[in-house]
Amino acid sequence: MTQEDKLAIRMRHISKSFGTVVALDAVDFELKEGEIHALLGENGSGKTTLMNILSGIYYPDDGDIAIMGQDVAICSPKDAFNLGIGMIHQHFKLVDVLSVAENIVLGLPPSEETKRKRLNQTIRDIADRYGFDIKPESKIYDLSVSEKQTVEIIKVLYRGANMLILDEPTAVLTPQETEKLFDILRAMKADNKAIVIITHKLNEVLAVSDRVTILRKGQKIDTIPTATANRQILTEMMVGRKVDLQIERPEVTERKLMLQVNQLTALGPDGRKMIDRISFDAYGGEILGVAGISGSGQKELCEAIAGLCPVVGGSILFETKLNGVDVAENLVGQTPEAIIRKGISLAFVPEDRLGMGLVASHDMIDNVMLKNYRDHKGPFVDRQTAREAAEEMVDALEIVTPGVRTPIRQLSGGNVQKVLLGREIRSNPQMLMVAYPVRGLDINASFTIYRLLNEQKMKGVSVIFVGEDLDVLMEISDRLLVLCHGRISGIVDPRTVTKEHVGLLMTGGHDEEVGA
Amino acid sequence: MSDYASCEIKRPLVRMVRRPAASLAHRTIVYIIALIGALLTGALLIWILGHNPIDVYVSMVRGTFGKRISFNETVKVTVPLLVTGMAVAIAFRMRFWNIGAEGQILIGGVAATSVVVYGQAIPQVPKLILMSLVAMLAAGLYAAIPAFFKAKWDTNETLFTLMMNYIALKLIMYLQYQPGWQADRTTFPKIRSFTPDARLPRVMGIHIGWIIALVLVVIYFIYVKKTKHGYEISVVGESMNTARYGGMNVGRILIRTMFISGALAGLVGFIQTSGADGTLTESTAGGMGYTAITVAWLSKMNSFAMVFVALFIAMLQRGSSSIQTSHGIPASAASLLTGLILFFMLGSEFFINYRLVFRGRPYHG
Amino acid sequence: MDRFINFMNAAVLAGTPLLLGTLGEILTEKSGNLNLGVEGMMFMGAISGLAGAWFAEQWFGWTGVPAALIALLISFLAGAFGALIYAFLTVTLRANQNVTGLTLAIFGTGFGNFFGELLGKRAGGFVTVTSATKQAFAKLDLGPLSQIPVLGRLLFSYNWLVYLAVIIAIMMHLFLRKTRRGLNLRAVGESPATADAGGINVNVYKYLATVVGGGICGIGGMYMTMVTTSGVWVHNTILGYGWLAVALVIFATWSPARALYCGLIFGGLMMLRLYLPIPGVPQQIYDMLPYVATIVVLIVMSIRQSKEYAQPKSSGLNYFREER
Repeated sequence: MTQEDKLAIRMRHISKSFGTVVALDAVDFELKEGEIHALLGENGSGKTTLMNILSGIYYPDDGDIAIMGQDVAICSPKDAFNLGIGMIHQHFKLVDVLSVAENIVLGLPPSEETKRKRLNQTIRDIADRYGFDIKPESKIYDLSVSEKQTVEIIKVLYRGANMLILDEPTAVLTPQETEKLFDILRAMKADNKAIVIITHKLNEVLAVSDRVTILRKGQKIDTIPTATANRQILTEMMVGRKVDLQIERPEVTERKLMLQVNQLTALGPDGRKMIDRISFDAYGGEILGVAGISGSGQKELCEAIAGLCPVVGGSILFETKLNGVDVAENLVGQTPEAIIRKGISLAFVPEDRLGMGLVASHDMIDNVMLKNYRDHKGPFVDRQTAREAAEEMVDALEIVTPGVRTPIRQLSGGNVQKVLLGREIRSNPQMLMVAYPVRGLDINASFTIYRLLNEQKMKGVSVIFVGEDLDVLMEISDRLLVLCHGRISGIVDPRTVTKEHVGLLMTGGHDEEVGA
Repeated sequence: MSDYASCEIKRPLVRMVRRPAASLAHRTIVYIIALIGALLTGALLIWILGHNPIDVYVSMVRGTFGKRISFNETVKVTVPLLVTGMAVAIAFRMRFWNIGAEGQILIGGVAATSVVVYGQAIPQVPKLILMSLVAMLAAGLYAAIPAFFKAKWDTNETLFTLMMNYIALKLIMYLQYQPGWQADRTTFPKIRSFTPDARLPRVMGIHIGWIIALVLVVIYFIYVKKTKHGYEISVVGESMNTARYGGMNVGRILIRTMFISGALAGLVGFIQTSGADGTLTESTAGGMGYTAITVAWLSKMNSFAMVFVALFIAMLQRGSSSIQTSHGIPASAASLLTGLILFFMLGSEFFINYRLVFRGRPYHG
Repeated sequence: MDRFINFMNAAVLAGTPLLLGTLGEILTEKSGNLNLGVEGMMFMGAISGLAGAWFAEQWFGWTGVPAALIALLISFLAGAFGALIYAFLTVTLRANQNVTGLTLAIFGTGFGNFFGELLGKRAGGFVTVTSATKQAFAKLDLGPLSQIPVLGRLLFSYNWLVYLAVIIAIMMHLFLRKTRRGLNLRAVGESPATADAGGINVNVYKYLATVVGGGICGIGGMYMTMVTTSGVWVHNTILGYGWLAVALVIFATWSPARALYCGLIFGGLMMLRLYLPIPGVPQQIYDMLPYVATIVVLIVMSIRQSKEYAQPKSSGLNYFREER
């Protein structure tokens, strides 16, 4: 066997642009059989785009692809899995109202193989071989996030994929679930399957991969054996310069009670109870981190406090001054409009930035005035003041935009977030809630966000930080609240607690309150 | 993998790639080509029917502008189209698919006629003012009903508003038999003609509806672009979640805007009964509520563009009636042609947002 | 009893075009295409079916069953053609589904009335088919079945289009529930990206479902000219049936099986005036009933939302694989 023969995939000179944005610029990539290959890069470096080209989602503008030494063109996802390539997308591609088995055979031609009984047996065989636990008859909407991921993996294996691509597979998993996934990947590798894992987390690269390819701003930097790498080297290659990836946690001595949540119960959009009798306090001058598997009630917690989600029980007491007197105002049952009128300054950076926090097709001026356009007297809007505010924000936060009249949707993810957070901070809030504030942002932008949040904390603002990356949460928070199935399973001190312990709390192990 | 072999190295013949914001010139050219395409398709149809397309188009234009009287008639068609276009557009800006303008016009007509029926003693000027106000109020409330349910339970407004068209139509059919409403000395069900004091005065040979329409064009523009209400409408249209997050009372905005939308349509009902027809019939709206959707969409909800689009569609309609007499082509050709033009315009937007890349010609951003 | 049977017969006859329109739209919406142009497609089917039968008689001297079959074929093709315009604009050119559907409704209405008038002129005044062809759309004599007391009159006394509609409903139900292609179609409507990643050709499914659905709507339109008005063209003949059909899709919760009784209920509502007059309620007010009922249905369905019996999730949204 020559060197070339052992290559499962060889991509050469792959380029792809979206409008004016060059996502990939003449990138080469090679994957060997029986290896776990990490594709490392920041958000926006083009790693997902590169793999989407392999799985037939995108067609490259330029470049060649060879699978098992054969030149091919991958025009559709169907072509991809005919070639034995299977991709597990970050946003799962499953049909909610169908069962596990139906999802797995979706799009396959009917045959003896896919008769219900035979199919269920095959699914169980695959599950047993790699140690999955799944019922073929369950409906997808009843499954947890990690179970959905399992279905995705089985789906790809069922189709006989021998090259698997996993896009940020650990983003939604607890530390324990992540370990389990890695064991499964190693078992597949032992089966001589070729595996690509797309990630931006260095410790995962080091823990599971054999080789690592680093992308930066659409260009390939290098491919190196993991054994020769360490955090330092990888960071430098990924970011392009020496950076300190340590997040600061400045100490604030004076903490003032700002928010008391008592026995709060709230419903999700479909009327199910998403938050169940939770109680906690939040203080000015601290960052309260909120961790949990996605869908544990984080969204409803933030939206209940912001007055956007129906509350069916409990109270949310906000310490504020009314006519110079300290009072605790109950926010429950008040609309955002009423909360604003009361002079309560509560800022909220929601998870869905363009679908809730901002108006995607409007320009920056119209977005800046979203919350305070009412302040201007008379029937007309005051775009002049908003324009000045927008221009100040562009300067202060170094927002990259062709101008304040450019629609927000044309801005990059990091700049969108700066506009949103910038607007919220400009309102001089007493309390600032941020949900997944660095999702999709590159390291530079992420650290700008961390810095801004710390500044607010130093000013005495009470910050609530809902996040998914446990490492970040444990570094930046003063206290860490863990949610599980809409209940608080623990409030811990991130300085002393272990990651594994938090992982246990996320999946239901209860805990005595540790922090203040 | 054998069935794959045929696709091997077969690169796609043509691919679609999203285009960055297209220039004004590019847009204009695409729209003009689309319009020509629609007219050519229409010409093909005319030719198949055994007429000379050029002849037919020429007599359509003649029928619209040829004589003073035909021009006046064209303006008379333009006015209600324009106002209804704004009525529809203000709701569309909010992504509220009000296709009930037809019924709202009729309700406006009913309300205006009720003043004629029950308020015979009122002198002309206050009567006309009362008629217009009552028409707007009634139609506004009529339109606010689906908005209320939309706000409360997210009830599908498209079908709701549409069903209300038929209800309004049946109401008029009912009124045609009612004492006081039915025309005297006839057994034929028909609502009586308006007395002269219930008719809109004329300026330059056309009822003053045209002045009202032009004033509304300016007011609409200011309302939509410069006021807080207009801002709220645009935010709600883009994302109700964002509006709620920004502290807006989405339900109130929905109901208020639909009231305005209905009131504008109601005003059309008044203009049509009092100005154009001098009575209320089943065809007072005459499909205007639907054609107005075309007007609103083609002008991208911009009221100044609406003036020209409404005039153009009115030309088509007037022209179609004139070719009915000159060539014996049914007047329904108007809605056929309007549909064709909108089809072409809708399709043409693809070529504004995307570009095609052909095989063998690599794409360079 | 007699009165009840007569009423049921009338309800079935009035409900069948609605049922056909509803079935066509269910198939269309299952692919994620929300085609509001049912009214237009029914108009296109109505005039084309009539014209097809008429020309078959005039040119080839085919009357009776052959003319009826021509009407069926041509009306299906006409509805399918309308749907094809819609599919081309929304699937290939990614135009707004709402506006395209509305335009199709306007276009189809114009199409129907235009060619209706034209045909009338050609036929010298007004169009009507021969009595042999009319007979082909009269109620069938199913021999002993039709003789069964009560049941015979209740179930086996209709024209063949009624049975065709029922067969289409059952077949569509089986197709969606029991076949792999039906599963694929549902997946396309629920989540095109998932279907695409699973190797399903999303565009082919969208086109086929929309075009076949449009064809079924076209047959519904043909029913209105050949059965309801007995082979005579009447201006504005569809009169909102297409819109009612779109609303009935919601009432039937996107299920062809449930569409059967929804069609019957609405057919009944339309006929109620003749069989159950309420003293003091004028005819025109009574005529509002189906439309008011539709509104009530819309409101009730919006209040009780269900996960299983809901609109296909991607309904109204276009799919483009490379969209980011």
